Amino acid sequence: MWFEELLIAIKHYLVLQMPGSLQPVGSAFLSCLPIMTSFGGLFALATLLERKMLGRIQNRYGPNRVGPGGLLQPVADGIKMLTKEDIVPKNADHLIHFLAPLGLLVSAMLGLSVIPFGHRLIALDIETGILFFFAVGAASELAIFMAGWGSRNKYALLGALRAIAQMISYEIPLILSALSVLMVVGSLSLSDVVQAQSGGIHTWHIFTPWGFLGCILFLISTLAEINRSPFDIPEAESELIAGHMTEYSGFKYALFFMAEGVAMFAMCALTATLFLGGYHAPFPILSFIPGPVWLFGKLTSLVLLFIWIRGTMPRLRADQLMEFAWKFMLPMSVVNLIAAGIWVALDGGVAAWISSGLLNFVAYFGWSRILSQASRFSPRTYRYAEEAGVSE
Amino acid sequence: MSLFFIITALITMASAIAAMTLRNLVHCVLCLTVTFAGIALVFLQLGAEFIGFSQILVYIGAVSILMLFALLMTRGGTELTLKRWDPVHWITGTLIGIAGFGVMSFAIFNSSLRQSKIPEAKADSLHALGNSLLSQYVLPLEVMALLLTVALIGAALIALPEKNVFRKNASFSKNQESGNK
Repeated sequence: MWFEELLIAIKHYLVLQMPGSLQPVGSAFLSCLPIMTSFGGLFALATLLERKMLGRIQNRYGPNRVGPGGLLQPVADGIKMLTKEDIVPKNADHLIHFLAPLGLLVSAMLGLSVIPFGHRLIALDIETGILFFFAVGAASELAIFMAGWGSRNKYALLGALRAIAQMISYEIPLILSALSVLMVVGSLSLSDVVQAQSGGIHTWHIFTPWGFLGCILFLISTLAEINRSPFDIPEAESELIAGHMTEYSGFKYALFFMAEGVAMFAMCALTATLFLGGYHAPFPILSFIPGPVWLFGKLTSLVLLFIWIRGTMPRLRADQLMEFAWKFMLPMSVVNLIAAGIWVALDGGVAAWISSGLLNFVAYFGWSRILSQASRFSPRTYRYAEEAGVSE
Repeated sequence: MSLFFIITALITMASAIAAMTLRNLVHCVLCLTVTFAGIALVFLQLGAEFIGFSQILVYIGAVSILMLFALLMTRGGTELTLKRWDPVHWITGTLIGIAGFGVMSFAIFNSSLRQSKIPEAKADSLHALGNSLLSQYVLPLEVMALLLTVALIGAALIALPEKNVFRKNASFSKNQESGNK
């Protein structure tokens, strides 16, 4: 609590130093500045962490030349990206080609503004915070389309369509699994969601039947939504060319990666807020440690989990990806919503635990058994390639 | 009229005009997206947070993407081949515009909404909205849900692989050929 109060006091002092007409703008600026700088820096560190960890998983060193233990690698990467030539295709739609990476980064950054980083530490405390988060996130699909179409390149356009189809499919289970939390809390405001989990680790939403399944569904959809492995079909560097980023080079390419990284942090922060108690300490004794430390700790552990998944899992095929979204994720998230409804109706006692847990358990095992029996492992049938004689 | 409203209105109008006049259909849809965002901003200025963000989520996140997909999947291509000045189109367009505007303004001027005072925005507007959607307006909501479901099933039907039309024939003839060899 003291740390948050200190930060707010510093901000108030700085705002009071400004001339009166500038104060609203200055206050907004001072709210944005820490978010933008800290997440920019965190992104740089996360790229290093990712390469180091992937190197460790793949039994090699990873970057170790620049600075002690490769610590300055992000700086070197940044300088390299800045000094690279920015190539725009001659026939590209220049304005759209230019706006696409900016739109993607802005929509990723805006989502961070409704995340509560600590007690009263929230840039935009609105009643409909989570709706804002998903609304600005939806704009990223448009940015990806602009990138693919503006490049005037068949591969880029196909990659963009593939990416958008994936993002739209996984947005439904993403929002439905977040909805279960909102139903139980009874508010769309993220500070209310965090407040509902303030009593220590046993009040966190992940330790309820609907929260557990919801959190897993949310994390899987998050992976697909931010195009990370095993759902990184949109860029798939080793198999397809980089999808909608094919015609981007230099700093614009870096902006795409930064947008992806910031979107990952935003989604992880939202996961921590919805299911893992947000900025609250797991035990009330530990609450002398400031809230932002807890939130960033949870966020970093989720990022580590994502890197671990990337190092472990093979990439999904495009049709498997769609099938998984529509045949498994969507029904499970609807069942989870019903389980959350039972929890609300029974007001969260032992009966609610048993009934909603049983519903989720039976639905998970029953549905996955039905699906695994229904899927016959046959070679993939091609719809269009066959006529062109590719499969022969 | 605040400065913010004037700026929003100008952006919305300008992008709407651009959406009607630009020659490239993808540019038109992107401009229309800016118009949607402008309308959402007007909702936000009126204090209707939920409706404003829903507008962004539905129109920018879904409807504009849908339009772009429809544009790319259909055959016409993205460049418009209409003549710039076609008197018949312009006259019919103007007449339809005037008629639509007339009907809407007639309806607005004669509605009971103009007589009743606009109530103050309540602090708990979100709960009120949800309650009225599921009690007073439950029938329109369900009708819309049904309509959307029908549209979804129709889209899935269209997207089904056309097994009986040409694929089976193609594979059949191919098998026959290989059999003959």
